[in-house]
Amino acid sequence: MREIKNLILKDIILEWRQKYAFNGMVLYVVSTVFMCYISFKLKTNSIEAITWNTLFWIIILFSAVNSITKSFIQEKAGRQLYYYQLAKPSSIILAKIIYNFLLMIFLGFLGFFIYSVFMGNKAENLWLYLLSLVLGALGFSASLTLVAGIASKSDNTAGLMAVLSFPILLPILSMLIKLSKNAMDGLAFSSSYDEIMVISGIDLIVIALSYMLFPFLWKS
Amino acid sequence: MRKIWWKFLASGLLLYTVIFGLIGDVPRQPILNETIRNVYFHVPMWFGMMALMISSLTYSIKYLRQGQTQDDVYAVEFANVAIVFGVLGFITGSLWGNYTWGDPLPKDPKIIAVEVGLLIYSAYFVLRGSFEDEQKKARLSAVYNIFAFASFMPLVWILPRLTDSLHPGNGGNPAFGKYDMDSNMRMVFYPAILAWILVGVWIASLRIRIKLLNNHLQENI
Repeated sequence: MREIKNLILKDIILEWRQKYAFNGMVLYVVSTVFMCYISFKLKTNSIEAITWNTLFWIIILFSAVNSITKSFIQEKAGRQLYYYQLAKPSSIILAKIIYNFLLMIFLGFLGFFIYSVFMGNKAENLWLYLLSLVLGALGFSASLTLVAGIASKSDNTAGLMAVLSFPILLPILSMLIKLSKNAMDGLAFSSSYDEIMVISGIDLIVIALSYMLFPFLWKS
Repeated sequence: MRKIWWKFLASGLLLYTVIFGLIGDVPRQPILNETIRNVYFHVPMWFGMMALMISSLTYSIKYLRQGQTQDDVYAVEFANVAIVFGVLGFITGSLWGNYTWGDPLPKDPKIIAVEVGLLIYSAYFVLRGSFEDEQKKARLSAVYNIFAFASFMPLVWILPRLTDSLHPGNGGNPAFGKYDMDSNMRMVFYPAILAWILVGVWIASLRIRIKLLNNHLQENI
């Protein structure tokens, strides 16, 4: 437990020292939202509810892939070897997942805030929408962290990352769009228990698998 | 693997499927009419694909546990043949859909699931192509194979049941009774499933043997 906490703290401190990477991620979200604002809202001055929702999730998906890709490549191979001797691989993956989860929550909420400022807030049940954001952040961070671990071993990390992660994220993304659509229609929590259960189930499976599979990745 | 009887069984059952699938009696259903015979060829493709994917998964797990190179070869070749079966199922399905649903590619969760499945296994081969080192390639692709399979399963088995689908047996329980098959059809349908799975395993085993022999030759040079 202490090990995990220290590893998360280490990641946060590292992020804080190289602020350009973090600022880059924030700017990525903001400029993507602004692009959508210019191409949708300014041109036609109206956007359909479904397009609004899907567009938001696509933005979140791309910023997630973009920001989690670097979780294993920002540190040199030599330093990774050093961690390998200090910590258990299972605590390294858990620390990375938790750290990426916090990062995704931050980026997701920031993105949602900016998105609703520019494109208007169409979510009637705001809390359910935010819950779907949290569940999405958990699922994205868990599956993308392991895929980032796989992709970081190759020379073409960024390209491989997109190819490997998009098909894996599709089930969770389609469920998230469904859940957030319920939130937009202002349905109560009780009517979307099914979706919440399925998404949490997928999240759990993904976390458990990352936990079990990462030690094999770490060795190579 | 080198036993021969199941190859005779596979060919016999396949011949039986083709002959009785085409001349056997089928119930007259509205819209479906004679196209219901496609059930002997389209549906077993999915069973074959699932069986091959599960074999590929098993060998990937085995590779991670024991680290023997041949298990990796098994996993790859089963995945290869699974893709072929997936594409064949896709083609037979869109032909069938063209004449019964009026659209070769209607909006349907199962079709989307299969497209995603094919994407996942294509990504698996892209991943394999991007490493030089054999051990690294084998280990990383085995990890991805297990991970991808686990996130593919909800897409195939859970999501279609939560939404409406044109396919029978969705939005509830996946009963085969809904195919409206009579006992005549079942007599062909069940052997057809077995036959296609066996053919898939047969193709895969031939490819595995070629590859293992190749590896063996290269080691001895």
